Amino acid sequence: MQGFQWLRTGVLAALASGAAFAAAPAQAQGALVMYCGVQEEWCRAMSTAFERDTGIKVAMTRKSAGEIYAQLKAESSNPRGDIWWGGTGDPHLQAAEEGLTLEYESPVNKDLHDWALSQWKAAQKRSVGIYAGALGFGFNTQQIKQKGLNEPKCWADLLDPKLKDDVQVADPNSSGTAYNLLATVVQLMGEEKGFDYLKKLHKNVSQYTKSGAAPAKAASLGETAVGIVFIHDAVVFAVQGDPIKAVAPCEGTGYEIGSMSIIKGARNLDNAKKFYDWALTPAAQALAAPAKSYQVPSNKNSTVPPQAPKMSEMKMIDYDFVKYGSSAERTRLLTKWDKEVKALPK
Amino acid sequence: MRPATRLVLLLGWLGYAVIPWYLPDGVSLSQFGWLAGYPFGRAGTAFALALSGTAPWLLPVGVALLAVTLLLGRSESAAVGRTLIWAGLLGMVLFFAQGFAITLQGQGIPWLAALLGGSGAAQGGMGFGAFLTVLSLLLLLCHGLAYRGFCRGDIFTTSSIGIIVLLIGLFIFFPVATILQSALVDQAGAFAPGIFVARLFDSSIWGLGCVTANTNCGVAWNTLILAVLTGVITTLLGLACALLVLRTRMPGKRLMRALTVLPIITPPFVIGLALILLFGRSGVVSGLLYDWFSIPRSRWIYGLPGVLLAQVLAFAPIAFLVLIGVVQGISPSLEEASQTLGAKRWATFRTVTWPLLKPGLANAFLLGFVESMADFGNPLVLGGNFEVLSTKIFFAVVGAAHNQGQAAVLAMVLLVFTLGAFWVQQRWLGGKSYTTVTGKGDSGLPAKLPKPVTFISALVIVPWVALTFVIYVIILMGGFVKTMGRDHTPTLEHYRTGFAVDFSRGLFFEGAAWDSLFTTLKVAAISAPLTAVLGLLTAYLLMRQQFRGRHVLEFTTMLSFAIPGTVLGVAYILAFNVPPVEITGTGLILIIAFVFRNMPVGVRSGIAGLSQIDKSLDEASITLRARSFTTLWRVVLPLLRPALVSALVYSFVRSITSVSAVIFLVSAEYNLATAYIVGRVEAGEFGLAIAYSSVLIVVMAIGIGLIQLGVGERKLGRRSAIPLATSAAQPVK
Repeated sequence: MQGFQWLRTGVLAALASGAAFAAAPAQAQGALVMYCGVQEEWCRAMSTAFERDTGIKVAMTRKSAGEIYAQLKAESSNPRGDIWWGGTGDPHLQAAEEGLTLEYESPVNKDLHDWALSQWKAAQKRSVGIYAGALGFGFNTQQIKQKGLNEPKCWADLLDPKLKDDVQVADPNSSGTAYNLLATVVQLMGEEKGFDYLKKLHKNVSQYTKSGAAPAKAASLGETAVGIVFIHDAVVFAVQGDPIKAVAPCEGTGYEIGSMSIIKGARNLDNAKKFYDWALTPAAQALAAPAKSYQVPSNKNSTVPPQAPKMSEMKMIDYDFVKYGSSAERTRLLTKWDKEVKALPK
Repeated sequence: MRPATRLVLLLGWLGYAVIPWYLPDGVSLSQFGWLAGYPFGRAGTAFALALSGTAPWLLPVGVALLAVTLLLGRSESAAVGRTLIWAGLLGMVLFFAQGFAITLQGQGIPWLAALLGGSGAAQGGMGFGAFLTVLSLLLLLCHGLAYRGFCRGDIFTTSSIGIIVLLIGLFIFFPVATILQSALVDQAGAFAPGIFVARLFDSSIWGLGCVTANTNCGVAWNTLILAVLTGVITTLLGLACALLVLRTRMPGKRLMRALTVLPIITPPFVIGLALILLFGRSGVVSGLLYDWFSIPRSRWIYGLPGVLLAQVLAFAPIAFLVLIGVVQGISPSLEEASQTLGAKRWATFRTVTWPLLKPGLANAFLLGFVESMADFGNPLVLGGNFEVLSTKIFFAVVGAAHNQGQAAVLAMVLLVFTLGAFWVQQRWLGGKSYTTVTGKGDSGLPAKLPKPVTFISALVIVPWVALTFVIYVIILMGGFVKTMGRDHTPTLEHYRTGFAVDFSRGLFFEGAAWDSLFTTLKVAAISAPLTAVLGLLTAYLLMRQQFRGRHVLEFTTMLSFAIPGTVLGVAYILAFNVPPVEITGTGLILIIAFVFRNMPVGVRSGIAGLSQIDKSLDEASITLRARSFTTLWRVVLPLLRPALVSALVYSFVRSITSVSAVIFLVSAEYNLATAYIVGRVEAGEFGLAIAYSSVLIVVMAIGIGLIQLGVGERKLGRRSAIPLATSAAQPVK
């Protein structure tokens, strides 16, 4: 009797905890594990198109670039992913610096814009540019009209006292977008004047958001008058018909290079390379616009979506990705920003 | 030797000599290609691999089993017990030593590997054979202890304690230790205790800027203030609600029950989103206030008030669930006795009812406090410049700074707070007795509430229920209009994107959300019963069995609750991405994460329930020569039904709604609903996010209904007055 009862408990316990050891990750042949750093719809379009074109089964996970970087680092002793496609360039550079990704030279490289290749060089061949997006801001047209302001066109316009508590930007400690602003302002105005600008801007900032694109959403809803974001993030809402207008600042602005890297230790290395070459072709890059992503593609032969901000008409700074992408410079600037800007009273 | 011990030994040999030891890639039950070369090769058994010299370090584990086998014919004695203890203990030590020493090429512990005869060797993740073997060794050890008289010689008790300790060690302690170790390491990975001190005393954690100057306070203070406020308010709301529902004839009680439980089954972000649509600067309510009373639109919702409001809305129902069980359990006889002795309603409430509520209140407060500390979604959406530890930890890991060490330090601060609350609660409750469910006949009627209590409760609850109602109207509408707050054209577009089904060629789930929904349901349905069983079993052991280290065990079960989800997620990846336990990328890691994250609730509700049930009931059962297991199954469990329901409901719901713990653990194959919704919110597609959330709410409501139906009601055999008690006897909706 007792033995029988024990059997029952034992089996239950075994099933309960034994399941822990039972299943293995599927590593089928002809597969590709893709970490995708842009928005879901575009990720899905890319993975299904690649599956259709090559017959290689894609297992895609969408995460923010920062999350993917954190995951690569955590998995570095036993990598699970093959390719990291999309997301802002800085974490890609950092991964390259730490040797988490693999050197690769694609035959398609010759067709790429210079900025895409400069990312490739900065990363010591470990990462390549796939799209570019300029930094700027979006403003809510109704709110600006209500306040009796002219439409802001320049960085300087955001210092208007009437915009007090009506500008949003992300916290550079948590967002690549906001770090891009920090680095852009420093390069555009020089470090001292740049920090002066950020200190003045601090008086108008109602909230440093966590996510880089959040200020665009807030501006489209009217929760803030101005949101500093990548221009393409604001364009998404403008295309939807929300009262938001995207601006490329008149003084000039910086930009991000969305990137792609092959993960070191990839279990499906050949497929990763296939994907890498394929993703740089005009056909693959044309998938962005239908998925509501209006960045500028990196292949010279790709068609630029009509809604995309025209990089040629903007004043772009010569963004130094090597310097401002390095861990040391980033840590220095962020520490300085924390001390001199964020700690200021309102 | 008892028959059960022989059975356990058989289990061990099965795992060691018959079932494949490792977990080769591509295991499946339909194709058997991975079995090639059995019993050698990738799918080999430990016995064959050890004897053939491929993996000699597995040999000592077999010797331990052999030592026990030699005793098969002996009758039970203290000497046999001693051998069992030593064989089990040494076997397990050797088992884990080889597992951690010999892992991937170039990792592990080289000197230990050399000692075990596996210098330079590598091995993969352990499989089912290894699992059975270690389980058998553990149980042999526990049986040995029982033979020597531990826990009155009851093998069920010793084995349960053994299994729980092993599981907690492996799935809570080991990953947490892995990540906390990174607090002592600098960005480059070198050991640097100095940096730990610098990180710990950073002014961004402990600064008092909000008192001394016009800046923000340290994140630790923010978290603490928020958590205390949330804990107190949710407890009071939950109590008011429980009293109204059980002790008055208030109309609309059923609706109220349903509404107060709704927030529990609401995915995170959604309440925050709805609050913005209501109270944000361009929100509906703000607009009305401006138009009617010229109250200027402001941004008060972003910051402490908004987060507090959202958390209270989200967590008060948890307090309600805990307290409704406690209020139900208070013996009416005591209150009747008080009234018979001439006490007024108020005196009865103050001197009898209230003191009996104390353990429930303490538990409810602790849950609210800890929930608030671990909450991630609401501070993320509504925090504004008000930073709390959980969001700061998340962005320390994934943000531009990528500072895992800082995250670990922040996690430690958070841990200290949570465990501190636990300690205070223990001190407050002390060793007092709160037993009210006894074996004696109890046929009293619950006392009526004093008037002021009823009045205040109703005054608080009615607006709160109204607010909850409005929020759900917004959420329901949000899925059916184009853009909530801007373009209210009715549309089914969001539901079509997510949940389209194509019938043209048989049944094909076309919508983008189906995959994640199915995975979520599977994971939740598997993990909820496991959580409840493990939680209640632990509670039973803690409350009813005397053994050394009981307090340590109780403390440890709270640990995984105190660890913020993000940290747990990263810890699980760090710990379980490499052998010996290599389970990242599987659905299993999600189940395990949920079980151990939600287990504390099972333990808490079990403890709260058990502290009301007189020990003499179990003692009677034991005296009548029932074993521990029989007592647990036939006597305790039926009385614990409310606790079982809340444990099941809570873990089921939490598995569906939690975000932060799983955001690192989801994989392409096993994506979860919340991770998908967060992606939609990030992309600004609030419509689909809200539509998906509504679907989840409906699914969870059905799930909870099924749990109610399956578990049933506790029958306390109390006299009931008509018609009051008919509604009092309703199950928790």
